[in-house]
Amino acid sequence: MSFRKLAGVAASIAGAAMIATSASAGPDDDSLVIAWGSTGPIENVDNYFNTNRTGIWFSRMVWDQLIYREPKTFEYKPLLATSWELLNDTTWQFKLRQGVKFHNGEPFDADDVVFTMNWISNPDNGVKVQRNVNWIDRAEKVDRYTVNLHMKKPFPQAFEFLSGPLTIYPNEYYAEVGPEGMGRKPVGTGPMKVVSIKTAEEYVFEKNEGYTWGSPKGEAQVSSMVVREIADVQTQIAELLAGGIDVTADISADHVDQIGQVPGYEALQAGTMRTGYIGFDAAGRGNFEPTTKLKVRQAMAHAIDRAALVKNLIRGDAGVIHTPCFPTQFGCDAEAAVRYEFDPEKARALLAEAGYPDGFEIGFYTFRPADWAEAIMGDLAKVGIRATLTKMPYFALRDKQRSEGTTPMFLMDWGSYSMNDMSAITSHFFKKGPDDFALDDEVAAWLEEGDTSSDPEVRKAAYRKAVEKITREVYWLPMFNHVRNYAYREELNFIPYQDEIPRFWQYGWASS
Amino acid sequence: MPAYTLKRTFVAFLILIVVSGLTFSLSHLSADPALTIGGEQASEEDIQAIRKLYGFDRPIYIQYFDWLGRALAGDFGESYHYKQRVFDMVSERIGRTMLLGTLAILFALVVSIPLGTLAAMRPNSIIDRIALFIAVLGQALPTFWFALMMIIVFGVWWRWLPISGHTQWANYVMPTIALGYYATPALMRLTRAGMIEVLASDYIRTARAKGLSPASVLFKHALRNAIIPVVALAAVWFGFMLGGSIVIETIFNLKGIGWLSYDALLRSDLPVVQAIVLVFASFYVVLTLLADLLNAYLDPRISVR
Repeated sequence: MSFRKLAGVAASIAGAAMIATSASAGPDDDSLVIAWGSTGPIENVDNYFNTNRTGIWFSRMVWDQLIYREPKTFEYKPLLATSWELLNDTTWQFKLRQGVKFHNGEPFDADDVVFTMNWISNPDNGVKVQRNVNWIDRAEKVDRYTVNLHMKKPFPQAFEFLSGPLTIYPNEYYAEVGPEGMGRKPVGTGPMKVVSIKTAEEYVFEKNEGYTWGSPKGEAQVSSMVVREIADVQTQIAELLAGGIDVTADISADHVDQIGQVPGYEALQAGTMRTGYIGFDAAGRGNFEPTTKLKVRQAMAHAIDRAALVKNLIRGDAGVIHTPCFPTQFGCDAEAAVRYEFDPEKARALLAEAGYPDGFEIGFYTFRPADWAEAIMGDLAKVGIRATLTKMPYFALRDKQRSEGTTPMFLMDWGSYSMNDMSAITSHFFKKGPDDFALDDEVAAWLEEGDTSSDPEVRKAAYRKAVEKITREVYWLPMFNHVRNYAYREELNFIPYQDEIPRFWQYGWASS
Repeated sequence: MPAYTLKRTFVAFLILIVVSGLTFSLSHLSADPALTIGGEQASEEDIQAIRKLYGFDRPIYIQYFDWLGRALAGDFGESYHYKQRVFDMVSERIGRTMLLGTLAILFALVVSIPLGTLAAMRPNSIIDRIALFIAVLGQALPTFWFALMMIIVFGVWWRWLPISGHTQWANYVMPTIALGYYATPALMRLTRAGMIEVLASDYIRTARAKGLSPASVLFKHALRNAIIPVVALAAVWFGFMLGGSIVIETIFNLKGIGWLSYDALLRSDLPVVQAIVLVFASFYVVLTLLADLLNAYLDPRISVR
């Protein structure tokens, strides 16, 4: 090959490469490209057969629920149901919206709701998260646009599920294709239609032009959208800065500072309802004596400077939390919580009273960033508590906790499945389940009362007692609410929400 | 030679069995597969039911032999996370990894052989020094750092090349260079050493004395002999490339089996981890075996020993 031919090949290679990279994201073609990687790919996009947070945002794009929970005020609004009425302690009646169609043209009516509710509540169908559906007894059609939903027992959290994980499927299509077919070609009534799915690589959507019936979710703001699975955060940032994507939601606090200074881009740290806490083995499941003593737990609560941790490491919209739940959640009474101010002197005195004037050594476990844990260990060291950090992947740590219980102190957090009800967090950890390290009969009984009463006032009173005792006994030291860090192009109308569920269809270009 | 081949093949097979056993036992000790299958929201009852359903409550050696029997028949089971056949998942992605590995080793050979030859022709010259500098740099630079630097320069600043993906050929340019550069120093130094030795040999002197052209002496007589150990080493490096693609595939979002192994490790998706380790080990063992046999063929004294 002559030099001239070689140069020609090289030039065409370079030209093709430049053409290949010029197809970037942006407002010009009214499209949006989003990078997603933090929670990883989902095994099946069928909403009832995955447990991953990727599945949550996907489901909100494609399907609708009977009820809409307004993401800023947490107020319930009509969605596929226009009104509802509690007929008795265990039966809700829903009037359904008329004129709504699924993406495949199938009209929405009571048959779809009855089919969906009866199918998902049948244990034989193996819906992956049974707690989402095992409270449903059955659904029955009253007329074409009226449905009665029967619950097995009074279930006050029903609307959190009906406005969250319980999306409505087209009965005829789902009966034909089943979970596997729905996973390959999802069909819903939501604001975006699925164009294609490449597992672990990308999801392609287009605007549902028929979504004009006044849904409180709003119409899609772009005509097409690609969500790309990119695991590496550095790669996501490079793609953002190179114009390959428009939004990333997986970056660190340091990245927020750096990208925020780049012209044309914005970055922010938005607060979420994910609640961080330090748990103590108060019940002695791992036979570690110090954490079974109240004065020791109180001392540790006073030794840790949570405000400094939030200010210096978590940053953004994060704040110190004093309750074993997120304050907006139903029943999470911040006034009932016993507060522990940062007071190292008091911590030392309490340790001495507990019989540990020289402190003690303790194992400290977390799956979160080591610098958070190290800051806490620094505070504890100042009062004589010498913690040894073990950082483990989440599932490995949870396995250790459940099977061995040998985790005297642990920094963990809980997102409550984005549910604005205290039962989604406090009842999970303090009702004597495998993750309960307090094993307090009174607390468990109060939580059970709160979880099962249909009277809101009875629920509040029961939960208030639980909050007071959990904090008084320092079974947990509530720490802070987490932030989610975002970076995006400045022309984008970006809206973060506290429940950690991105509503991608609401993002639009300022110029369009 | 046949006895040597049989012996080496048997040893290679034994290595694969040992690797599979170690991978199986270590991965089962490091994570509870029932928790992985159950997911974040599974209750203790769910976990117990999963243990029974999948047979995780059986002794680990029984689980291993059960897995090995199926694996030998080509059935690596089903991914805990994706609920897809592991064989299909690996088959779908192995082509990308093979392509990347092949391109990377070709890149390494294309860079290292001419540079090594040039360095050998003029030992201690400026060219030799430059070649040495490139070699030291290649060994010293962490692959991930080199990859990120290329992304910044060619992807973000100049926007010449796509940063992530695998759908167009341009996606392979930066990963190929990042991966191939790591193998370049060893191959180049071996080429240089071999060429220096060959160029000082009697038959080269004879060839020159007979009035053959310098190019003919260099390419037909010297390089042809000096390159044999380089080819053998390249075969071994090719195995390293396939295994070493985990970092590169993750950085460039090039979703071959390197990325799949990273993803599977993060999720404790043990059937996928076991299958990929076995695939990587097979690559390495087979390539090493081929290199051994090639060496034995070229130098019969090896098989006698």
